[in-house]
Amino acid sequence: MLPDIDFNVIARSLPYLFRQGMSFTLTLTALAALGGLLLGTLLALMRLSTLPILAPLATGYVNLMRSLPLVLVIFWFYFLVPFVGQVILRADRPVEVGAFASALITFTLFEAAYFSEIMRAGIQSIPRGQLAAGYAIGLTYWQVMGYIIVPQAVRNMLPVILTQTIILFQDTSLVYVISITDFLGAASNVAQRDGRLIEMYVFAALVYFAISFSASRLVKSLQMRTAIPR
Amino acid sequence: MNYHWNWGIFLEPSPEGIGTYFDMLMMGLRWTLVTAVLAWIIAVSLGSAVGVLRTLPSRLGVGLGDAYVEFFRNIPLLVQLFLWYFVLPELLPKDLGNWLKTLPNASFWTGAVGVGLFMSARIAEQVKAGIQSLPRGQSMAATALGLTTAQTYIYVLLPMTLRIILPPLTSETLNTLKNTSVALTIGLAELTARTRAMQEYSFQVFEAFTAATVIYLVINALITVVLRRFEKAIAIPGYVAGT
Repeated sequence: MLPDIDFNVIARSLPYLFRQGMSFTLTLTALAALGGLLLGTLLALMRLSTLPILAPLATGYVNLMRSLPLVLVIFWFYFLVPFVGQVILRADRPVEVGAFASALITFTLFEAAYFSEIMRAGIQSIPRGQLAAGYAIGLTYWQVMGYIIVPQAVRNMLPVILTQTIILFQDTSLVYVISITDFLGAASNVAQRDGRLIEMYVFAALVYFAISFSASRLVKSLQMRTAIPR
Repeated sequence: MNYHWNWGIFLEPSPEGIGTYFDMLMMGLRWTLVTAVLAWIIAVSLGSAVGVLRTLPSRLGVGLGDAYVEFFRNIPLLVQLFLWYFVLPELLPKDLGNWLKTLPNASFWTGAVGVGLFMSARIAEQVKAGIQSLPRGQSMAATALGLTTAQTYIYVLLPMTLRIILPPLTSETLNTLKNTSVALTIGLAELTARTRAMQEYSFQVFEAFTAATVIYLVINALITVVLRRFEKAIAIPGYVAGT
């Protein structure tokens, strides 16, 4: 009943799949998570700030990103970034942006919206008295945030941040729509070149499953250990 | 910037010969909505069933439910759609596989079922959390009244749970709508795919994507407003449900 299955095609393409594909996927995931967290924290601080304009600006950005499908956002930036680059660099024509840079910018800006919601909850979970205490001993706003509030917020939210990063890891597969060779793109290239769709897609699914599943198990055990005793 | 804006493009006829570019986007929106509705029905019904399964006093039931959720949560949606679209028909018996491949609108059915299954795992999580958030006394009281397990769920636990989990369900509904755009990879001509086609025909990149953005925002806002009203109408008095 089963069609002929050729496991060799997987073995043969392993170096290509992992050295090109998976390393792209993992680098993109790590950098976009870091950038997204940084930008997301800034957005969260903006939303909680009492200065005028900042809060509605950040809220608008976060809500906009969260209402759009990631696929549409990927297309948006794919076409928009070269024009923005042209304006910034005062070039005569749209700037050519590499596949990796384009994907990294997209995912950082997109994930920042989600991370900002997480960080906002994290910052709000810290008692206000700590802010007041920080000011009382003469720290500036950035010192209070940087040394006292944000580190605790990150620690409280670490499981959620990591879970979001696992989601990001899975979402990076969507760069397929702009023909970038990430892990899935590499698997798909081999699948189409050798006519081995079944083997390659099942293998890709297994690899994604193994990584996401074990990562989420690790997050769960981490959650038990890092919880701040109250 | 040497980009030539042309907002009149939407009224120009599309090269596909049926209507304007605006009509083209509207056709895409129709596919997006139909796919989202079918996916949502699948997600909520299967998700509720699996969510209930995971709270039953049966180890086999809990194990099966957990396996279901882990499977659909840990594989990217795009890969799942590829599995259903490219791999499944090959693994089925020949006649069934051929029937699947020659199905009219195959990418629509695959997309809706694929997104539905993907979302059902998330909804199962919400349903499970909802049932477990109820005081233990409720199911104990039901048992004391002589209700069977099935009756306990149907008359006591589920009516409460579904009212409690409506706020998170609203955001999963929006996610279902957004996730239908992934089905463009298997050839579904939904809104994002049509936007991309318009961009390729007309070279008016930013007009096309702006229009799609506005359409998604409007649909999101409509769903949110309707569901918030519904949430208020059926909120359980005395319960602080979500937001």
